[in-house]
Amino acid sequence: MSASAAAIAADVRAGTRTARAVVEEHLAAIDAREDEIHAFNLVTADAALARADDLDRRIAAGEDPGPLAGVPVALKDNICTRGVPTTCSSRILDAWRPPYDATVVERLGAAGAVAIGKTNCDEFAMGSSTENSAFGPTRNPLDTSRVPGGSSGGSAAAVAAGFAPLALGSDTGGSIRQPAALCGTVGVKPTYGRVSRYGLVAFGSSLDQIGPLAASVTDAALVLEAIGGHDPRDSTSIPEPSPDLTGVLGGGVDGLRIGIIDELMGEGVEGIAADVKARVEEAAAALSAAGAAVEHVSVPSTVYGLSAYYLVAPAEASSNLARFDGVRFGLRVDADTAAAMNTATRTAGFGDEVKRRIMLGTYALSAGYYDAYYGKSQKVRTLIQEDFGRAYETYDLLLSPTAPTTAFPLGDKTGDPMLMYLNDVCTIPSNLAGHPSMSVPFGTGDDGLPIGVQVLAPALDEATMFRAAAVLEEAAP
Amino acid sequence: MSDGMGERVSDAIVPGWEVVIGLEVHAELATATKLFSTARNEFGGDPNTNVDPVSLGLPGSLPVLNEKAVELAIRVGLALDCEIGRSVFARKNYFYPDMPKDFQISQYELPINGRGHLELPDGRTVGIERAHLEEDTGKSTHVGGGGRIHEAGHSLVDYNRAGVPLIEIVGAPDLRGPEDARAYVAELRAILVAIGASDGKMEEGSMRVDCNVSVRREGAAEFGTRCEIKNINSLRSLGRAIEYEARRQVDLIEAGEAVQQQTRHWNEDEGRTHTLRSKEEAYDYRYFPEPDLVPVDPSDEWIDEIRATLPALPRERRHRLAEAAGVDTAAAALTVERGMDDLAVDAIAAGADAARVLVHVDNNLADGAGRLTADAFAALVAMEVGGDLTATQAKTVLADLVASGGDPAAHAATHGFEAMDTGELESLVDRLIADHPDDWAGFVGGDDKERKKKSGFFVGQVMKATQGQADGRIVNELLERRAAGG
Amino acid sequence: MNSPETPRLTRDDVAHVANLARLTLTDDELDAFTGQLADVLDHAADLEALDLDGVAPMANPFPLVNVLRTDTPVDHDVRDEVLAAAPSIEDEQFRVPPVLGEAP
Ligand SMILES: [Mg+2]
Ligand SMILES: [Zn+2]
Repeated sequence: MSASAAAIAADVRAGTRTARAVVEEHLAAIDAREDEIHAFNLVTADAALARADDLDRRIAAGEDPGPLAGVPVALKDNICTRGVPTTCSSRILDAWRPPYDATVVERLGAAGAVAIGKTNCDEFAMGSSTENSAFGPTRNPLDTSRVPGGSSGGSAAAVAAGFAPLALGSDTGGSIRQPAALCGTVGVKPTYGRVSRYGLVAFGSSLDQIGPLAASVTDAALVLEAIGGHDPRDSTSIPEPSPDLTGVLGGGVDGLRIGIIDELMGEGVEGIAADVKARVEEAAAALSAAGAAVEHVSVPSTVYGLSAYYLVAPAEASSNLARFDGVRFGLRVDADTAAAMNTATRTAGFGDEVKRRIMLGTYALSAGYYDAYYGKSQKVRTLIQEDFGRAYETYDLLLSPTAPTTAFPLGDKTGDPMLMYLNDVCTIPSNLAGHPSMSVPFGTGDDGLPIGVQVLAPALDEATMFRAAAVLEEAAP
Repeated sequence: MSDGMGERVSDAIVPGWEVVIGLEVHAELATATKLFSTARNEFGGDPNTNVDPVSLGLPGSLPVLNEKAVELAIRVGLALDCEIGRSVFARKNYFYPDMPKDFQISQYELPINGRGHLELPDGRTVGIERAHLEEDTGKSTHVGGGGRIHEAGHSLVDYNRAGVPLIEIVGAPDLRGPEDARAYVAELRAILVAIGASDGKMEEGSMRVDCNVSVRREGAAEFGTRCEIKNINSLRSLGRAIEYEARRQVDLIEAGEAVQQQTRHWNEDEGRTHTLRSKEEAYDYRYFPEPDLVPVDPSDEWIDEIRATLPALPRERRHRLAEAAGVDTAAAALTVERGMDDLAVDAIAAGADAARVLVHVDNNLADGAGRLTADAFAALVAMEVGGDLTATQAKTVLADLVASGGDPAAHAATHGFEAMDTGELESLVDRLIADHPDDWAGFVGGDDKERKKKSGFFVGQVMKATQGQADGRIVNELLERRAAGG
Repeated sequence: MNSPETPRLTRDDVAHVANLARLTLTDDELDAFTGQLADVLDHAADLEALDLDGVAPMANPFPLVNVLRTDTPVDHDVRDEVLAAAPSIEDEQFRVPPVLGEAP
């Protein structure tokens, strides 16, 4: 893997390396392996080089383009980029060019980053393996017979393969953290409302957050600092400035109280592999060695997360995805009437997983079922948030596995949606509560593939979460 | 039901039957931008110019609530005496090409304005169930088939109107006939215009009325099955649609059939309603709280601030004038509607005869008061009541005052108006009686109609002889006196 | 959630929601989706064990209120880009096949 984002930006700002050289180096890495990996739906090589040249000119003129000067960044293909196709890996948005940039794209640009392409993902971010892409699956760079996880699998693979030091993903139920774990990268889901959702094609609006995938905790911190903070274009954006993370990374965990969530270690949820549990215990030991008081804790309602999530997220998705109707943008399949055109377009344009979730969500909201499904699930979220709240009265941070297993073979779970959904069992509770959490690589499984440990924090306390992540990164085997 | 109107059986369309009406009025709020985006809220304009990613429902766009729209909604709530509180936006899901996101952001369980009421000019009150905020749709034009929706070859969609803020005012089923309905809509419009919430233009579609109609036998306690009538574009259509629909429902019931709960469409050209869809075909809107927006919970301070900027409402102005003039609120309605109530109240306060003031305002000042001041008005009325000017002369002087202001006595002098000597007038009347014995017999011995006709004749003759200088009132008094033998 | 109020999802239910969602399913898809969706709802039966009386439903994880913007227009100037990306346009408007029936 090439240099870190922090190192690249330092060199480019100092003028010891050009942004063009950095971009060319990464384009060469993409050329070498992209056919095999398929991390990208689109590599914007020309635009990236032009942007690099512009940065180089500005630097030569004495300007400082910012903390991410010249750093290539890969954008999940559900993040809007003005004039650049944004497909959500769906046929229904085939070649759609948004007339605007997402807030995060503007902010990365303002920090000096160079957008290098749009990464593959599960269609509309619905999936845990990036196999639900209309443009074919992404493969795990560490073992191409395995999935990279998902839905931000292209972003995780791009970072793991050295195609870009940084990537953005979106996380509705684990879609940043799980692929990060499976590809051996750092992945962060910020507090709900910490990063603007403006320009993120919505999946589950009350759960979605954009966050970084990076090769290191420091790099992830740089990205979150750049994209975080209040945005008046998103009504759910928290009116707080972006947190100082790079400044606190060396703070350590001495004196912190950290709880390992029993339920997510297999005493509640099914399917947590033994090697995964072992790495989490070792990570806990490392934190303890660094001065934290670590013990096991029960957060009982986390076991209901999966059920609640697979009603809430599809319900919101069913409504969010109604606008893909063939009228204003994207695919149209013609028919005799407007309604028949809507139906023909959606039937041809959406893949099976998207249809499944739209129907599930439509059912959960439909007359007579709302209270039993959607209404009840939103109450479960309150329970989960309250349960976490009680835990955080005692503990500063919580710890769990990120994913139940290491990366699994392509095709392994595509036949059984419920089996696929179980991948998210450890990541979902943070989304339901709106709390931040992140995955940090910590050793490997019996198959030699990476395992991620999940650090969870109360709302808005990304700083403490990053301090622990830095300790784990340092201690990782 | 609210207080006041339940007992009344008015405007019977079919004898023995009572019509029960509840109206849902949508009014566009007078903001500069849309409810959830910074695109302009403007009528007209080239298609798809007042749009942005949010109002087009483009993927990734998010709504942000317009503060002014909330303020105007609160103004409406205050004007209708609604309970104003914490409100939550919800998504109403249905597919339609002019609805960009294929859901409408509206308010469902918790509207910004809860129960309130509206007072009609005659003093009766109509319940308001709620008045909530929601976004408007775009506009579809049906091309081919003469613009008829069912025969169109294709449709064109313009999203300029999409996302324009609406207040939907849901009235209680307290209205009992076309006149009630029209009075309610007119009053609501007057309120919305007075508080600056909406321009209230039905013809431009900035105010639209849906009408729920049911019928029941007079004296029945239960409501009948109702139908909702859409596409009513004027006060005239409102009355016609209610009349048609009430008759249709009564005919059905009298023929032994049941009224089906339906949504019906008013066809202005055909003068009838036809069915759009039945209750069974009703949409399943799958309402749920809009996750992209947060609750609105206006503080008491904000509400008080808004209250302090409200003008006097039509209702208050009617009461004020009615009290000043010693009439009921219905008699004060036209003056208030014309915006002449301040002038009238001031003129009365300056000592003018209230009845004459209202007669002049309602009959002779339809085009406005111009340069007429309350004091000049009061002075004019005093001259008229004191017999210094006849009614006709007063009207002429009033027109002068409207056109150029000034003092009524000066204008009267310019016209050479002088009070006519009563003795002179008496001898003129006696001469006319002598000259026209048949007409006089008709006046004295005829029925009411004949007597009225003959009084008109004699007054006319007097006016002719005096070139309009006589006071018709006094002539009539003289005729009455002579007929009574005086 | 298999309880008296929430009977097991049927093929007809799936056909109904597909229709609401403007999707057409083949008979095979209808069978497959019915089974898969029923599995998810069966899993969600665990929620029945919870006592949720008096628990408020969460709408937004972070409890903000009164997020408002000023009523100041912005010239977005996106019409050409938007119309260029549309599947079919006529006279600067979005063209669609005939719309049968009126909006609710
Ligand atoms: Mg309505
Ligand atoms: Zn409405």
